[in-house]
Amino acid sequence: MAAPLPATDLAPGFAEPVRQSQQAFRAALNALSYPGRVVTVPGCVAAPPLGPAQAALALTLVDFETPVWLDHAAAGAAAWLRFHCGCPIVETPSAARFAFVVAPEAMPPLAAFDAGSDEFPDRSATLVLSVRSLSGAGDLRLTGPGIPGEAGLGAEGLPPDFPAQWQHNRELFPRGVDLFLTEGDRLAGLPRTVRMRS
Amino acid sequence: MYVAVKGGEKAILNSHRLIEDERRGDRGIPELSIAQIDEQLGLAVDRVMTEGSLYDRRLAALAIKQAQGDLIEAIFLLRAYRTTLPRFGASVPIDTGRMQVRRRISATYKDIPGGQVLGPTYDYTHRLLDFGLMDDEAERCQAVSAPAEVDAAMPRVTDLLGRDGLIEEETAEPDETPIADLTRDPLTFPAERPLRLQNLARGDEGFLLGLGYSTQRGYGRNHPFVGEIRLGEVAVEFVPEELGFPIELGEITVTECQMVNQFKGSKTKPAQFTRGYGLTFGHCERKAMSMALVDRALRCRELDEDATAPAQDEEFVMMHSDNVEASGFVQHLKLPHYVDFQAELVMVRSMRAAAGAKEAAE
Amino acid sequence: MSAATAPVATGGPETGYNFAYLDEQTKRMIRRTILKAVAIPGYQCPFGGREMPLPYGWGTGGIQVTASVLGADDTLKVIDQGADDTTNAVSIRRFFERTAGVATTERTEEATIIQTRHRIPEAPLREGQVLVYQVPIPEPLRWLEPRETESRKMHALAEYGAMHVRLYEDIAHHGQIATAYDYPVKVNGRYVTAPSPIPKFDNPKMHMNPAIQLFGAGREKRIYAIPPYTRVESLDFEDHPFEVQRWDEVCALCGSSESYLDEVITDDRGGHMFVCSDTYYCAERQAARPAAAAPWSEAGGSAK
Repeated sequence: MAAPLPATDLAPGFAEPVRQSQQAFRAALNALSYPGRVVTVPGCVAAPPLGPAQAALALTLVDFETPVWLDHAAAGAAAWLRFHCGCPIVETPSAARFAFVVAPEAMPPLAAFDAGSDEFPDRSATLVLSVRSLSGAGDLRLTGPGIPGEAGLGAEGLPPDFPAQWQHNRELFPRGVDLFLTEGDRLAGLPRTVRMRS
Repeated sequence: MYVAVKGGEKAILNSHRLIEDERRGDRGIPELSIAQIDEQLGLAVDRVMTEGSLYDRRLAALAIKQAQGDLIEAIFLLRAYRTTLPRFGASVPIDTGRMQVRRRISATYKDIPGGQVLGPTYDYTHRLLDFGLMDDEAERCQAVSAPAEVDAAMPRVTDLLGRDGLIEEETAEPDETPIADLTRDPLTFPAERPLRLQNLARGDEGFLLGLGYSTQRGYGRNHPFVGEIRLGEVAVEFVPEELGFPIELGEITVTECQMVNQFKGSKTKPAQFTRGYGLTFGHCERKAMSMALVDRALRCRELDEDATAPAQDEEFVMMHSDNVEASGFVQHLKLPHYVDFQAELVMVRSMRAAAGAKEAAE
Repeated sequence: MSAATAPVATGGPETGYNFAYLDEQTKRMIRRTILKAVAIPGYQCPFGGREMPLPYGWGTGGIQVTASVLGADDTLKVIDQGADDTTNAVSIRRFFERTAGVATTERTEEATIIQTRHRIPEAPLREGQVLVYQVPIPEPLRWLEPRETESRKMHALAEYGAMHVRLYEDIAHHGQIATAYDYPVKVNGRYVTAPSPIPKFDNPKMHMNPAIQLFGAGREKRIYAIPPYTRVESLDFEDHPFEVQRWDEVCALCGSSESYLDEVITDDRGGHMFVCSDTYYCAERQAARPAAAAPWSEAGGSAK
């Protein structure tokens, strides 16, 4: 499709933005605070190619202050994001504050995204990935803050060398990117503090 | 037996009734109107608008009435209201060169194009109580209008100096350069001048006055001259996206002070005069001048001067200039601190006991 | 204007303001900050703190955090000095009743969000609860180095030697670390963090707590977090291990020997007694006790 979609053809955003964004935020907060747990986001909206949980996080966290990067498979969401979130869409991963990735297997390495600085490690990217399947029991063994003992996480559709990439990201601490893995209306959080072995 | 104190909520409600009652005072005396405050306590309104960062005379007057004339409390009320307002965008920078001037003085030149216009000022009043004001029925004198209109052309003194290259050039930031907004983003250091000026414009008049004064007494001396102070009305213009050209929203009264400061030059810069800048809503000359002195002092980094004095320390100045922040934190000491104090009591007692035991053993 | 920025007033009983007072754009900014804070435990994230209708120093940071986390289904508890009925706790609770219309409670176990000043409740917290601390000075290095530009570098390099020196000087001069509240902690082995001025008695409760702990400093414009199940160690030395306050007395009202006690002066002849600072904890214990039981003690000696 050559011409940009007129606004009226776009998928809608939240019908009740105040309530729905609060619920989505709490889901994200819980997911990031208890890594490895799969949390359902209530009241998601559909905005393909973004998955429902991805779309909910975008509506909840993204605005004109946060440049967004989209992978090739997510590019179709640009007009929807611009309209509902008012965010700039950037071409280079390192310029983004948020990245929405629909085909993670082919995504650039985590190191391509902004990891913040030692003095301002909070100025780093948050990546929201859509994976094929997500479960709270799986081969990825997680330890770190938010996890009593050890947690398991199953995620299909990540790059094959993801554990090694994550290990590198972990070593940058306090710098580093933070991840949300989503499948449908469910999500799991991977803050940079998590140690992972597979 | 001891029963824990209860009833905080009732006490608060009663306290609110008490201040309402005290604010009104003797019912036999007519109540102040907002218009009276606006018209007859205009300089208080100006200060509240300036430090409250909101140009609205009626709301500032209302805040002053509500705060029983406590100006810092009124500033707080106005700020808390301002923070809830939606933003439509940024205006075109005001052009004080096109000001309708009511007062304009320069201390650097005896005469200047456009002339010196003394205008309204307390400067040359003798500070004798005017007992005539005790009579609130008396006729008041009417100011006579000037025999001639002031010149429409009033070039800024600093522009005149600039023509000869005697004063540093001041170039506007390109329009696309993002200007930080201290009401939206936390302060970070080092801070650029636009952010410093925002901070000083909202800063407490008394704090800036003291700091400006300290530079005159040698704590970061910078040899200031009042290049010009002007007071008057300027147009505020805004470019709506859909029109693409500026439209006038209205006019505001501002006071501008351009300080001209000696500068001996550095390794990289020749000797020339430098600038300190002050701008306020309404007529706040003392504030505008103090702001200009502190602005110049804070420019020590870019001018390769040693930063040795408090007024030159941007983190110190900017973190402590805001009277809403300062007032809140000083006054929070009134909140209960039973828990911390108990922790200190336990510690002091144990340290005294340990010292006593040691003494007894010796 | 895009749909996401359109103001939608779905406030509580007090109309004219958004739900929980803050506008949605401000909440988004604060929510982003909270998520980064959770990802970097103990690191102070700068945020664009707004002017609130309550004074700075009176909980504006905690209020902004609570307002951004709070939902219509939450149950809110607000305490100051451990008590639900201190004036500022009452005032903040009323603020959220008016602007968000949420349910409030004094029961620690019932609350999903607890905003606090200076205490952690005595009852253990659980998963699903968020503890929001009001923080006056978030920078633990402030008393060593008042400049943010410097302390930020020290945090970046994890250069905390000066803090240990200060604590050790205390031991040399006083035989003990002379810090009774706001006692610095190290979070997850990395950032030295101010626990807000809770008494050091409460420091151990922060360690491996199942609840989410969020800290808001409004005037200083910082938010930080301790995620659940996170190591929190109070700084100490091998030969001078960290210790909490203890009292010889028990609470005069409920008999507890495990809670943090407030001292109450009962007359001008040196009479005083000790009562729980956590009023809900104390009331529960009193309710569970036979009505006829005598007070546990009328006046106490001195604490040690």
